[in-house]
Amino acid sequence: MNRRQFINLILGGGALGCLASAVYPVLRYMMPPEQVEADPDSIKVGSTKDFPAGSSKIFKFGRKPVIVIRDLKGGFHALTATCTHLDCIVQYQKENDIVWCACHNGKYDLSGKNVSGPPPRPLDRFEVKVSGDEVAVVRTA
Amino acid sequence: MKTLYDAGLDWLDERLQVRKAMEWASHKSVPVHQGSFFYYAGGVCLFIFGLQVFTGILLLMYYRVGADSSYESVRYISSKVAYGWLIRSVHSWAANIMVLFVFIHMFSVFLMKAFRKPRELTWVTGCALLGLTMAFGFSGYLLPWNELAFFATKVGTDIIGQVPAAGPWLLKFVRGGEEVTGATLSRFFGLHVAVLPALLSLTVGIHLAFVQIQGMAHEKEAPKTMPFFPNFFLRDAVLWLLVLNAIAILAVFFPWELGRKADALASAPAGIKPEWYFLAQYQFLKLLPARILLIPGELWGIIVLNGAGVLWLLAPFWEAALPDSMKDGAVKLVGWGGIAGLAAMTLWGHLS
Ligand code: HEM
Ligand code: FES
Repeated sequence: MNRRQFINLILGGGALGCLASAVYPVLRYMMPPEQVEADPDSIKVGSTKDFPAGSSKIFKFGRKPVIVIRDLKGGFHALTATCTHLDCIVQYQKENDIVWCACHNGKYDLSGKNVSGPPPRPLDRFEVKVSGDEVAVVRTA
Repeated sequence: MKTLYDAGLDWLDERLQVRKAMEWASHKSVPVHQGSFFYYAGGVCLFIFGLQVFTGILLLMYYRVGADSSYESVRYISSKVAYGWLIRSVHSWAANIMVLFVFIHMFSVFLMKAFRKPRELTWVTGCALLGLTMAFGFSGYLLPWNELAFFATKVGTDIIGQVPAAGPWLLKFVRGGEEVTGATLSRFFGLHVAVLPALLSLTVGIHLAFVQIQGMAHEKEAPKTMPFFPNFFLRDAVLWLLVLNAIAILAVFFPWELGRKADALASAPAGIKPEWYFLAQYQFLKLLPARILLIPGELWGIIVLNGAGVLWLLAPFWEAALPDSMKDGAVKLVGWGGIAGLAAMTLWGHLS
């Protein structure tokens, strides 16, 4: 290596290092910090009177929305409310007794299974515990 | 006696050689032929961008970004501020018309084969301008923080999350977190009012510089040409005035809706659809089954749509490599096929 090559190497390496030391913190800055919010194991969602047959409501379960459905026969179901396709929020369609996503016409049955349209996976299920007239949604193990 | 005009010009000329620039400009000319009408489309894009900068800055005087204030401030603009509804409607309508003209301009230069050597880089910068304009539309659409915008952004960004390996990282980067929240709104706002205006201005500057350096395609073969100053420029100005009037009429008779405020715990409303310029992609994604050969449908969608985009971007290069006898036919086929395909998918998306 001659003198010129040596100086070019030092200068080039210095310039690269200088650039990297500026780019790295900027990239890290743009990634938001982790959310340290523990997801609960269960939430209370109200009394049975709040859920007439053929109705549904959406609640926040930790960071994710959960849809609580009371079907026409009076049975309770709780599922994640975010569509497994592209993240829209689903709704209960009482006429057909299914869970429907308006964004691209995805359909699930009340157990969360994807039955038609683009959704690739079933919705996660939660357990619904009714004690007295109090309704609670519980994470399944 | 020298007129004031000449005196002023002399003053500038002594310092900045403006007569040289004027002399150069006087030689600028535009070919006249059947398709000349389409030469105005690019100018209309430029004009509308100026209009967007102007109305955008006006909106900034009252708009307050934030999950608790965006919706409220846009409602304030359209219900309380004098002519606020007009400024907002003009900005929203002009955004749509701008996208339309970018498409018209792009397909017309494609079909006129103006992308051929030596104008490959002009074509590439033009494709970048399309991307930037659509990014403007997508980011601006979220800013009122209403229900439709919320779900459009959820779906649009979730698609980015499907990219293999880097997906989850990219998703978090774009959304400013796992979900679409006020953090996403802040990011989109910064993009919409600072990053994109700077990038678009720069890219337009480069695009126009290339056009100046190379002149118009087909100038030599054209039977006639027209001087740019003042003949073409005045025609440009008349069309801009017409476009401005059309936008004003749309804004007055079809004021832009605000809808309901975004709510992270509300179901997506029935009949939800993206803006018309994303409808073709939307319809395409809707048609894909959950899985094809074990690979998720969305991934296929991303691969096919991006592949088509890359082929379009590289059109001047693959077209040049075709045998001479096929070149013209290929341009016709791809150009008209592209227009017909996009129009059909858009219409289908609109009707279904
Ligand atoms: C420097 C340029 C620009 C600035 C400063 C700007 C600023 C703004 C602001 C403050 C808003 C929020 C107010 C509102 O939602 O009504 C907005 C909304 C919007 N912008 Fe821009 N903008 C610019 C350029 C553009 C361009 C070039 C486009 C499209 C090609 C565009 C498309 C939109 C759209 C679609 C909305 C949503 C309108 C609505 O529903 O209210 N903007 N812009
Ligand atoms: S997001 Fe639910 S079907 Fe596409």
